[in-house]
Amino acid sequence: MTSETRNSINDIWGERTPHGPGQEWPVRVDERVSETPERWVRGTCVLCSNGCGLDIGVKAGKIVGVRGLATDTTNRGRLGPKGLHGWVANESPDRLTKPLIRRDGQLQEASWDEAMDLIVQKSKAIVEKQTSLGIGFYTSGQLFLEEYYTLGVLGKAGLGTPHMDGNTRLCTATAAAALKVSFGSDGQPGGYEDLDVTDCVLHVGHNIASQQTVLWMRILDRLAGPNPPKVIVIDPRRTFTAEHATVHLAPKVGTNVAVMNGLLHLIIQAGAIDAAFLEAHTTGYDDLKKTVEKYTPEYVEQLSGVPAAELLRAGEILATTRTLVSTILQGVYQSMQATAAAVQVNNVHLIRGLIGKPGSGILQMNGQPTAQNTRECGADGDLPGFRNWGNPEHIKELAKLWNVPVNKIPHWSPPTHAMQIWRYAEQGTIKLLWIQATNPAVSLPELSRIRKILQKEDLFVVVQDAYLTETARYADVVLPAAIWAEKTGTFTNVSRTVHISCKAIDPPGEARSDLDIFLDYAQRMDFRDQDGAPLIKWHDPESAFEAWKECTRGRPCDYTGLTYEKLLQGSGIPWPVNEQHPDGTQRLYTDFVFPTSADYAETYGHDLETGAAVSPEEYKANDPKGKAMIKAAEHREPHEVPDDEYPLWLTTGRQVYHFHTRTKTGRSKALHDAAPDAFVQLSAQDAGRYGIEEGDWVLVESRRGLIIERAMIGNVEPGLVFIPWHYGYWDDPSRPRAANELTITEWDPVSKQPHYKYAAVKISKYDAKAALPQPGLLGRAVDAVQQLISGEAEPTGGSKSQGPQPKTTQRVDG
Amino acid sequence: MHVGNYVGLAHGSEQRLVDALNKVAEHHGDEPDIYETCQLLMSWSRKHIEHLEPLVQKYGEDKNPEPDNLETALFHGPRQGSLALLRDLHDVWLLTQQVHLCWTVLEQAAQALRDNELERVCQQCGQETKRQTAFFLTRIKQAAPQALVAAL
Ligand code: SF4
Repeated sequence: MTSETRNSINDIWGERTPHGPGQEWPVRVDERVSETPERWVRGTCVLCSNGCGLDIGVKAGKIVGVRGLATDTTNRGRLGPKGLHGWVANESPDRLTKPLIRRDGQLQEASWDEAMDLIVQKSKAIVEKQTSLGIGFYTSGQLFLEEYYTLGVLGKAGLGTPHMDGNTRLCTATAAAALKVSFGSDGQPGGYEDLDVTDCVLHVGHNIASQQTVLWMRILDRLAGPNPPKVIVIDPRRTFTAEHATVHLAPKVGTNVAVMNGLLHLIIQAGAIDAAFLEAHTTGYDDLKKTVEKYTPEYVEQLSGVPAAELLRAGEILATTRTLVSTILQGVYQSMQATAAAVQVNNVHLIRGLIGKPGSGILQMNGQPTAQNTRECGADGDLPGFRNWGNPEHIKELAKLWNVPVNKIPHWSPPTHAMQIWRYAEQGTIKLLWIQATNPAVSLPELSRIRKILQKEDLFVVVQDAYLTETARYADVVLPAAIWAEKTGTFTNVSRTVHISCKAIDPPGEARSDLDIFLDYAQRMDFRDQDGAPLIKWHDPESAFEAWKECTRGRPCDYTGLTYEKLLQGSGIPWPVNEQHPDGTQRLYTDFVFPTSADYAETYGHDLETGAAVSPEEYKANDPKGKAMIKAAEHREPHEVPDDEYPLWLTTGRQVYHFHTRTKTGRSKALHDAAPDAFVQLSAQDAGRYGIEEGDWVLVESRRGLIIERAMIGNVEPGLVFIPWHYGYWDDPSRPRAANELTITEWDPVSKQPHYKYAAVKISKYDAKAALPQPGLLGRAVDAVQQLISGEAEPTGGSKSQGPQPKTTQRVDG
Repeated sequence: MHVGNYVGLAHGSEQRLVDALNKVAEHHGDEPDIYETCQLLMSWSRKHIEHLEPLVQKYGEDKNPEPDNLETALFHGPRQGSLALLRDLHDVWLLTQQVHLCWTVLEQAAQALRDNELERVCQQCGQETKRQTAFFLTRIKQAAPQALVAAL
């Protein structure tokens, strides 16, 4: 007896509740239950970075549904398709329930004691031989704050290894980097509420309609109300978001800096800069002005393919709008010059003085629900509490807090970023890699390389997850983890809003929360402070949260005024929350003082082009002392461009109905059925050129691998093909289909975020019988292809549409 | 006048830096950031060489006939492995320092000669050379602990 308030699969955003500027966003409660719950437990959705408040319906120890939280500032009751359907995955029959240890090549069930003892024994042996530099952690954007903080402390003050990062490196590292470059510290200047009043929204490389469906509802409701905002979309594809744009700029992939420089040029030319603001609150404007001078609309058209007239239209809106909210995501973060481009969006706000005021904010978006917390807690290559690894005083603060010697905490260079951790594992200097709640065997670039690393004999791989993912299959030890609704914890969304999500049911079998696993490891490793007491002095989520609060005292992300009790009162609360701001802080920098002073800043900065660290002396010599920093950048061509052999651009992205290698969303029948398979989206022109029709199988090859996908024609520029990422092999091993077989191993020099958004590829119609890839073409894929033509999955060429097809009545565009 | 010798030294040092960057990029191509950044830094040094060419012409006639004594070879060709990467970066860092010192010395001379063009070239190129040095220092600091402590 499933009952639902709306069919979110076919009608992604639901009915409009229009509102005008300044009016509160009306409530609309979305609910979907399979049975009438006995009780409701406070939760928060973890299926994207929007962080919607909800209640979890429970009956007889099982989740039976969810209902949006009407009082929550983030969603005011609304939920999108993932929120309404994703919970089903908790009940999936293939949940891991017991630890597994690889014995004689096979993963076999084991006890917790056996599994943990083995990890501890390995850890100790490695530390003995190589120091803790032999151990690396690759964590997630899916855990809770309390877990990240515990991990950060055990890694930094227990083991003392700098090798800790997470998959947030793939989704959100550039957000943090860009905020640090411009404002001296991480933290979004604005909040979602700015969308309720703004005159203009700029989406750069962010298909918000698909990625944050509830936030898009908020914008759709403005568009349906009086005095709607103008919407500018910069995206190479005609996405759901682009369909609503006042102006849609579709640049060639990898040309974001050129387009942004063009827009900055037009604003300056129109005389629309806020000279008084620039003078009083920023540094670096003259350099920007000089740099963007040559980016005329004509020059930008040459570089990016955006028609000069279109750029002029967008430039005029940006030069005249009285308020502006910008949102930025993977189209920028995962592309060429990621940080430089994201910083240029910040610069639009700075030169127009549109920051720290109602209706004007920047949302450097996060990809995953708890990405913000890895950054805050020091589980991702940053230090806890936005501390600066280059500032000895900041390290002393941590040493004092944890009661360990200063030199225990690795701070001789920036903590190792994820791609480098994998490189060290590849080279054999990292011997133990502990992976939590993430699936690099699908999500990292150049998968054949990642598979080789995971299979290395001299690498001991620990995987802590809820399911036997593609990655877990390579592990030496698998630890079954509890997930959302099976444990309590807090996390923070893009709007800096901290939410609590409570334990509603017990985890299956012997699965344990990530927090309990970390606490157990710390105890078995016998990590101690310098007085001989246990290093980690907390034992459950709430005591971990209390410890974390102390770590944030006086820092930009100050949590000291928060308690679990306060968070349970009906809405998330945005940090900083402290004595001065007991109810939280909707918008940062209202006094136009930025956290850039040398003693407070989270970083001393980097060269935007090379990533070279700025030395403390250099930074201090030009101490911005509270001014925001304007940093210019020249356009540079992507590192791999189409050529005769690989004539097309590949770009990748996420779809409405899936999230995070589909570990959960793929296990919800409704979400799976709505988008059961990847595809290759190409223009009608390219389809014609290669003789490909809608639904045909297409072979897509890059220098690194090949995949086979169904064709989907339209809504993409000629010369570009799009493939949704994160389709892997657990539910379809029949053919190579993960987009990351094709992507390149490279990263942004500042944020170290990998470049997923461009690669050179070739395509051909794939006739399963006639067009078998030549032996040696890329031999590793051929086995899978053989399986395909042996009739298991798909019939012969020419026929089409018999395989998986998107079944939704909506167009699936990512 | 010895300005010509130093212009020649700057020219030769930039050339050697380009060669070294090229070799390091190739031999340590498995380090994607090294490969791509070396390409970028190489393009800067190539541009410097172009800027230097007219100056070589201009000051070449006054050159003192003992240029080779000023030059020392630092980089002998790349090695393999993580320690080797460190050692190669170490040498390239020294090469960039050598180039940078050339710019400093020449800038002094340019001021004394009231040669605005030479002074401008020294300042502009010197800035970029500094950025080259900064990159290698950052990368060396990152690589050092792993190469010296963790590699078995
Ligand atoms: S918008 Fe994001 S957080 Fe909100 S319900 Fe949808 S998936 Fe969950």
